[in-house]
Amino acid sequence: MADFMQQVVAGLASGSIYASLALALVLIHRATGVINFAQGEMATLSTYIAWTLTTNHGWGYWPAFVFTLIVSFLGGAAIHQGVIRPNEKGSVLRVVIVTIGLLLAINGLVTLIWSGEVRAVKSPFPTRTVDVGGVAISIQDIGTIGVVVATVVVLWFLLQYTKLGLAMRAAATNPGEARLVGVRVTWMLSLGWGLAAVLGAISGMLAAPSVFLDPNLMAALLIYAFAAAVLGGIDSPVGAVVGGLTLGVGLNLLGTYVDFVGADLRLPGALLVILVVLLVRPSGVFGRREVRRV
Amino acid sequence: MRLDRSALPIAAFVALAVVVAVVPSFVSAFRAQQLAYVAIYLIALIGLNILTGYTGQISLGHGAFMAVGGYTTAILMADHGVKDIWTIPIAALLTGTVGFLFGLPALRLSGLYLALATFAIAVSTPAVIKRFEDFTGGGSGINLFGIPELTASLTPVTVLGKELAFNDWLYYLCWSVALVGYVLAWLLLRGRTGLALRAVRDSETAAQSSGVSLPKYKTLAFGVSAAYAGVAGSLFAIATTFVNPDTFPISLSILLLVGVVVGGLGSLAGLIAGAVFIQFLPDWSQRVSNSPGAPSVVSGVLLIALMYVLPTGVSGLVGRIRLLTRRG
Repeated sequence: MADFMQQVVAGLASGSIYASLALALVLIHRATGVINFAQGEMATLSTYIAWTLTTNHGWGYWPAFVFTLIVSFLGGAAIHQGVIRPNEKGSVLRVVIVTIGLLLAINGLVTLIWSGEVRAVKSPFPTRTVDVGGVAISIQDIGTIGVVVATVVVLWFLLQYTKLGLAMRAAATNPGEARLVGVRVTWMLSLGWGLAAVLGAISGMLAAPSVFLDPNLMAALLIYAFAAAVLGGIDSPVGAVVGGLTLGVGLNLLGTYVDFVGADLRLPGALLVILVVLLVRPSGVFGRREVRRV
Repeated sequence: MRLDRSALPIAAFVALAVVVAVVPSFVSAFRAQQLAYVAIYLIALIGLNILTGYTGQISLGHGAFMAVGGYTTAILMADHGVKDIWTIPIAALLTGTVGFLFGLPALRLSGLYLALATFAIAVSTPAVIKRFEDFTGGGSGINLFGIPELTASLTPVTVLGKELAFNDWLYYLCWSVALVGYVLAWLLLRGRTGLALRAVRDSETAAQSSGVSLPKYKTLAFGVSAAYAGVAGSLFAIATTFVNPDTFPISLSILLLVGVVVGGLGSLAGLIAGAVFIQFLPDWSQRVSNSPGAPSVVSGVLLIALMYVLPTGVSGLVGRIRLLTRRG
């Protein structure tokens, strides 16, 4: 039983990382109707920035963390203004190609600057474990869960209880009418992209210590985040968090206790979740059904 | 005198076929091999363009279909002793069936969701291949180099009384298949079927209300498109004489999308430019920078830039110039 609980906590930790990236995808999808295939690469770039600051410039972990979040926010907003906004009119294909272009460009840029070498990243949390009722829980897992929970709470407060959040939600739900009542819609959408980049950066920086840092850090994570977002409903922030945690725990238990799955089939497992949810309930568990207007 | 609408394409195609036939006499064996890969990419691009460019169904996972074709060829050759060229039609048929079957659930996915699902498939493909080790050889892959009686990789081949070195043989094989595939695609797309596919792309609702059956044409597009990818994968395995899970990574799928966008969505002739681009991009970008990241930066920036100025790719540019000169 203790072993089981340990796996659950480990699953919650990786699940919270999926949740953070899934939340980024959901924010962007709600704001601009785009699935951002470059979300993972943006997070990788942020993680490299944090790594450089701590390793080469002697910054402390948390100052580097905060600085990276600010840079990521500005970068995300700039990407929306510079690349996404001019291309969002027209077919879905066009904006998908733009995000794929971003994926390639950022991935190449990271390789260009930092080379493809695999780097070890120090964790801000001690690797010790603490004993809670006979269950050994690693402090790193608790820290990871803690950071994501704090982020989600701050974000939720921002969106639900501030005027800015109201304006952002208005801009995302009904841009036309929001503009009529004086909301600066495109800036609100850029803000959404900026916040998504911040969430991605958090997921990248939390993931890097346990899986090592290389230019393809987020490739698999992005699929887990897609699965989490789709499971919860791609328009539902609550769904993204619940989906991420469910997926993290579920895949971890499957990988541990079902021999056939093992460590190799976790990724295809996430793929299966994506396909089944899209086919059976495309709106996800928490999402609303989409109605097409002719 | 007004020429028939198809006279110009046919003349251009004959010219292309002549050029293709004589090229090996003028280039090195190494260049011939590179050009064989251009033909392989061209086949895959034609397939992807039928699905994405003509029918509007986004696939970010065509490398997975190529993997099915490549592994079909490798397994048939290594485990069942089938001669290389006879595995190509089998790969086409099998991959086409897989594509058709994938097209059935894909009917329920539109736009972004289809992109997402196909992307996830392409990312997971190597993991799936690795897991079913008994069948696919796992991470170490399948080596075809050790079975010379089934390939031309060690001994020259005699075709029509002429002896050909491996590279030239590969070149002619790939380009023959590519040109036949090109003609078949052209025939498919110019008639009623092509019209129906384009109608699905431009507006599903409008197509449906004009009596175009969405399930029929979408699954058809998936099947045909996958069959092309399967042939390309099969030739890829023959050309490299080796397959492993990393032969068909997600970057291959993305590269194919790059090729289609560069060549022109919804155009066949432009795809030749797209295929040349993805084959020679690493060489070109090496002149700018030696980093392995350079080709990705170039193609990523180019992809975005094309969406700004030229959403229809090279063929669109040609079309626009033609329009301008006609006006002037």
